Amino acid sequence: MTDTEDKAKADQTELLSFRVGTQEYAVDIMTVREIRGWTNATPLPHAPPFVRGVINLRGTVLTIVDLSDRLGMGPIEFSERNVIIVVEAGSQLVGLLVDAVSDILTVSAEDLQPPPEMLTEGPRTFVSALTIVQERMVRILDLDAALPATEIEAA
Amino acid sequence: MSTENDPMAEIRATFFIECEELLEALQDGLQAMEEGGTDDETINIVFRAVHSIKGGAGAFGLEDLVRFAHRFESVLDAARSHQLEIDGEALSILFRAGDTLNDLVSAARDGEAADPALTEEAGKALDALIGADAPDGDGAEEEEVADFTPMTLSLDLGPLDAGEGAEAGAQADALPAPGEAGASGGGMECMEGAPAPAGSGFRIRFRPHSALFASGNEPLHLLRLLDEMGTMTTLCHAEDLPPLGEMDCEESYLHWDIFLETTEEENAIRELFDFVEDVCDLTISPLTEDDMAELVRHAEAIARDEVSPGGTAGDGALMAGDAPGSSGEVASGKPEAEGSPPPSAQKTRKAGGRSVGCGRNEGGSKAAGRGKASGAVKAKPTVRVDLERIDRLVNLVGELVINQAMISQSVEKAGLLTNPEIDSGLSEFMQLTRDIQDSVMMIRAQPVKSLFQRMARIVRESAAAVGKNVRLRTEGEGTEVDKTVIENLADPLTHMIRNAVDHGLEPPEERMAAGKPAQGVVTLSAGHRSGRVVITVSDDGSGINRERVRQIAIDKGLIAENAELSDNEIDNLLFLPGFSTASEVSDLSGRGVGMDVVRSAIQALSGRITIHSRPGEGTTFTISLPLTLAVLDGMVVEAAGQTLVVPLNTISETLTLGARDIRVLGPETRMVQIRDTFVQLFDLGAEMGFRPPLESFTGKVVLLVALEDESRAALVIDGIVDQRQVVIKGLQDTFGRVPGVAAATILGDGKIALILDPADIVANSRHKAPNMQADLSLAG
Amino acid sequence: MSLNILAVDDSRTMRDMLNLTLTQAGFTTHLAEDGQDGLEVLESLDPEPDVIITDINMPRLDGFGFIEAVRSRDRHRSVPILVLTTESAPELKQRARQTGASGWIVKPFDPERLVRALKMVAG
Repeated sequence: MTDTEDKAKADQTELLSFRVGTQEYAVDIMTVREIRGWTNATPLPHAPPFVRGVINLRGTVLTIVDLSDRLGMGPIEFSERNVIIVVEAGSQLVGLLVDAVSDILTVSAEDLQPPPEMLTEGPRTFVSALTIVQERMVRILDLDAALPATEIEAA
Repeated sequence: MSTENDPMAEIRATFFIECEELLEALQDGLQAMEEGGTDDETINIVFRAVHSIKGGAGAFGLEDLVRFAHRFESVLDAARSHQLEIDGEALSILFRAGDTLNDLVSAARDGEAADPALTEEAGKALDALIGADAPDGDGAEEEEVADFTPMTLSLDLGPLDAGEGAEAGAQADALPAPGEAGASGGGMECMEGAPAPAGSGFRIRFRPHSALFASGNEPLHLLRLLDEMGTMTTLCHAEDLPPLGEMDCEESYLHWDIFLETTEEENAIRELFDFVEDVCDLTISPLTEDDMAELVRHAEAIARDEVSPGGTAGDGALMAGDAPGSSGEVASGKPEAEGSPPPSAQKTRKAGGRSVGCGRNEGGSKAAGRGKASGAVKAKPTVRVDLERIDRLVNLVGELVINQAMISQSVEKAGLLTNPEIDSGLSEFMQLTRDIQDSVMMIRAQPVKSLFQRMARIVRESAAAVGKNVRLRTEGEGTEVDKTVIENLADPLTHMIRNAVDHGLEPPEERMAAGKPAQGVVTLSAGHRSGRVVITVSDDGSGINRERVRQIAIDKGLIAENAELSDNEIDNLLFLPGFSTASEVSDLSGRGVGMDVVRSAIQALSGRITIHSRPGEGTTFTISLPLTLAVLDGMVVEAAGQTLVVPLNTISETLTLGARDIRVLGPETRMVQIRDTFVQLFDLGAEMGFRPPLESFTGKVVLLVALEDESRAALVIDGIVDQRQVVIKGLQDTFGRVPGVAAATILGDGKIALILDPADIVANSRHKAPNMQADLSLAG
Repeated sequence: MSLNILAVDDSRTMRDMLNLTLTQAGFTTHLAEDGQDGLEVLESLDPEPDVIITDINMPRLDGFGFIEAVRSRDRHRSVPILVLTTESAPELKQRARQTGASGWIVKPFDPERLVRALKMVAG
């Protein structure tokens, strides 16, 4: 990549888009550490239902969040194509269990629109912005909202 | 790392680390003094700690810190020189000053301002100790700071006032032949620059004593400094030079007359000579017309005799020529002067030919002897390492342990253990792995001492705030605990200590009435017990007022009015969220947080806290923490299809249940008879929420676990898989603490297994008992 | 001019600062953490340092004791010794002088001036 290209992309963001149920979501690709196939998670007792458990990510314990459940669409339907997107939220890694990864999108700041006041799904909205790509609506996930801080710290 | 590019930032970081050590030494010293150790060395250590903080603070322009440290230091200096007797009251002022210094250091580190009123209060108390003027006028303070302006460099050969001169003379055992240095006729003339300076200036007479050379000073450099101040003409007098054979190369024979034409003040010149003033004779007087005339005469004489610069006089400060009337050709003390004895090669830059062939040896061995005698404690060298690097090492060692476990497993499976070489090789490997692990853990471990010292301060402050007389007793300060744990313990301990002082201890009158000493005692102890770190906070107060606690819990709707609770259960009500509110606590320990927050903080460290109280005798809180980052000897078990690990040290016994062992006590309570006692059974799979409760326990395996209150519980599991060492992996607490789970580990097959905390499982289960409405579980 | 300097100070911060200052000036720096250590380091240096810088208040062997010990060794009778301290009391200065110090610099020091002073006393 040349310098001029670099500058042209200064206000552009690369997003990783993925499918959750019938909807398309995306996260800033800078927060994505890796994508891996589904492996059975060790369940955590008394955890919220959207926490599917923990898996071994090369020696560290990775918490897996069922994004479908978290976004109020009920537990994910199991399929071979399900993947875990490992993202860095705050200072820790979390695995997002999604239906499938779709695409890498390059969008510029002016392509992003604020979400409407009321987004239909769920008690809370975890969407920070919307964008239209090839006539599809892509929701930019607000990671910090979707993955709340620990309750102990909040106490 | 932002600091890597900026060496000063790194040094600054070092300074604050050093400050922590110095503050610790200060606390130690003061504590030793409190216990009667007012010997010189103790006071010296305290003095040096404050002194070093001042020194470093000055380097970074931390004015507040410098100013206060200076006041503190003055008092310690007085104590050091026995001008000030340190009694109990003085000591408490010193303690407070130590606390203030601590605050100032923290404030400086964080770039904040410390409370000026508190600082001033502590400062005034210090000043009062030594009768120093309180710096209400800025004068005193001003002066202190001026004292500290960067670098007063004094390399001067100063003039002598009578007193100092006499002293110097007495001390310089080889004083040159006395005599007025002014006799310029017949001297060796050394000159430089224009021969006839005009205008303002000084005539400087300078005769170094041998002691000047002995202190490593060099007249030449001083002259060079002078030269930089203006236009200088120098007459070098060598008439005192003895014949060569009689020369003592330790002696100083030369002196100088310097005519300096300069706009500088006399003071500036004196300042140059400041440090050598009593090892030379020095007079400075304004240049007179006579002086000028004298200069001209010399210039003419030089011209007439065709004296030419013959020596290599350094930067041209001096030129030495043939000197009519000088009694020898050799100028001692000036190797640069023509005709000096050839200086030994390695001494060329040194002052004087004194080094040549003149040796007195008696001193060296003496010094060496003293050197050995005073050898004592020297600080061990240390290395500063980024915590991240250590964490990486810890992780790698964890991997190694897992790997070792897997190899052992496969070797065993392959039936190779019958081979003695493989067997012994494997056990050696295991031993080494454990040793590496211990060593790595020790890197992160720190003694709890620094933490305890901070608590000493909390005790002092809270005692003062509520008007109680309290002493802190500490035990096991050397107990080493993981650094992170120490950091995270500070807040909960602070809260507990405040509670102990505020609520635990009775007011003095009440104590006396109860036949106790007026001074209350708070005890802080640390130690290792069966693979865990145990920290206790106890007071010798009146114990928990159970009637009152019960009433509060009822009033707040935490328990039913008719709830039947044991003493221990009542005590544990203190940990319920919402139990303590501002209305129940004083300003000191209140602030709206209660023991539930303490408990949460401890649980966040995978620890537990228990309470034990005896009416009239006091209350003890016991915190039990895992040795973090460790490897754990665990029992790998199965329950409800899940593989789980139970710490081996919690298990006292395992057995298989027969139908006759089980007693049903109620709809939800079943007991197992172990010899002549009954122990409550807990269905692990159900407690963990993996499945509904079992109808029948018959044929199941139970683990008997010991709880902190010395009672026991029985965990019902499906079966035991293995017993092995596992690496503790922290659970990321994204969604809060997981009840009943201490940590996780990775098994040989790469799967994660949860490490259980049996006591927590039991406690959670019991808290769900119907007569308690509050559910402590954080899940959901 | 590149000099060989022995700097003796019990404060790690101060040693770091001296090391930085002197190294940046192109000097070779040897560090010691108290008088006792200073003597040991001094003995290990050959040739002897061009200048010694020492603090006064130090554990084990303080600056005065250190200077005295250095001066009592024939080999080091004329090495310039600069005292670098926060103290500025005249009686201490005098004591240092009598013990054999060559100069007195008050902390905190200005790096440039320290370097200049060192070059000066070293000739």
